[in-house]
Amino acid sequence: MIVLRDVAKAFGAKEVLRGVSFSVPDGANTVVMGRSGSGKSVTLKLIVGLLRPDRGSVEVDGREVPALDARELAALRRDIGFVFQFAALFDSMSIGDNLRLGLRRRGLDRDEIEARVADALRLVDLEGTADRFPAELSGGMRKRVGIARAVALRPRYILYDEPTTGLDPITTSDMDLLMQRTRDLGVTGVIVTHDLKSAFAVADRMILLHEGVVRVEGTPETVRASTDPAVRQFVDGLPSLGSGAGAA
Amino acid sequence: MTSPASLSSLPAGLAAGIGRRARAIAAAAGDVGTWRAELLPQMRRLGVDSIPIALFIALFTGIVLALLASYIFTRRLPMYLVGTLVGKSIMLELGPVLTGMALAGRVGASIAAELGTMRVTEQVDALETLTFDPDAYLVTPRVLAAALMFPVVTAFAVALGVAAGWVTAINLLDLTTLEFVRGLKQFYRTKDLWYGLAKSSSFGVAIAWIGARRGLATQGGAEGVGQATTMAVVQGCGAILVLDALWALFVL
Repeated sequence: MIVLRDVAKAFGAKEVLRGVSFSVPDGANTVVMGRSGSGKSVTLKLIVGLLRPDRGSVEVDGREVPALDARELAALRRDIGFVFQFAALFDSMSIGDNLRLGLRRRGLDRDEIEARVADALRLVDLEGTADRFPAELSGGMRKRVGIARAVALRPRYILYDEPTTGLDPITTSDMDLLMQRTRDLGVTGVIVTHDLKSAFAVADRMILLHEGVVRVEGTPETVRASTDPAVRQFVDGLPSLGSGAGAA
Repeated sequence: MTSPASLSSLPAGLAAGIGRRARAIAAAAGDVGTWRAELLPQMRRLGVDSIPIALFIALFTGIVLALLASYIFTRRLPMYLVGTLVGKSIMLELGPVLTGMALAGRVGASIAAELGTMRVTEQVDALETLTFDPDAYLVTPRVLAAALMFPVVTAFAVALGVAAGWVTAINLLDLTTLEFVRGLKQFYRTKDLWYGLAKSSSFGVAIAWIGARRGLATQGGAEGVGQATTMAVVQGCGAILVLDALWALFVL
């Protein structure tokens, strides 16, 4: 279980998170929504220890992430897969080697590695691409490889950073399906997005970040039924210019 | 305005920062399993692939040095000293420094651009989530490769520079091979060679280290990568000049 308590994070004078608290239950997809710049990606990076909070607690399975030393952090990261916004594939390596890198790091034998690579590529419908390079794939295919790289590690958690940004509607639906498939495999998902259609398609729980705090948290139905003006504005996609809701 | 209290805490903060960096370097260097596989490819890329540019520079340096020596010595000093000037200058100074300067451009810029691009495209973050230490996986093999290969590249440059000086001397200055070699050997000390090669190794460490640090500190997009690359070259060249002076002060 992932638990954030009163987490604050600023970059220079810009306060991105101002006391965020929420929890992520095991075995479910939790979607973190919010406008661009609302601190969604920062939240993911705090969970995996790529950033440290200025204040507050980030706990994964009872481990206080900011307090972990390098070895403990590495152990934590073995439980977490991360799907980056633009896939972050290593462009000097083939697709297969992108997947093998993390598996070799875990000390798996060659047969196990090859079996996991094949399984992961099959899951994302990209069999036969192991020898190709990231530059030869479309944006959607690269994102699917990003998911395959995370899934191949068989983590307890997968953190998705804007998995559907910039994708066409069909590829977006494919990505939604993949996130549901990984959830059905027992993996806990934390999905950061501002794509509402995708969010409602994959979410078991939803959180809306607004001006550095959690504005609403609950099931998709809770969010849909919210009468909070800031939540309504986000869910209904209303313009912010001149509305005054941004100051709520 | 900086308060007296914050000023007094500066040395402590600096010492703590240096201590943290030293521990990170030691941890990365000790993580042999991570950097070992990357070392040979980097030695080829940073070293072997740099030989043509180093040879190009050395060729013309040797020619110019021989002609310059002739201009200085004619009717003042024995002409066999052309060999001395060419040999000493190239081994002690021009071979390592000019090669270092050229490689600050080629190697330093290449490392900064590559790691900077990896930083802004989140590939460095991806490495960390896969439990790799970027210092061990990216920085250590490049610094080690440069430390090992810069002397090799410099050795080739010194050999070609001296050979170019010799060919120039016997073809354009009416010197014989025996005279040139006499000058070359007359004041030669073993230290001349190892001093230049050891110095070039220190240049390699500085250039690769600066390139890697600038690359990993890149912020923003393409503009950030461009700035990191420029800074890597400028600081790399500056580091060569400072190190060169330190070597002359303390070792020569």
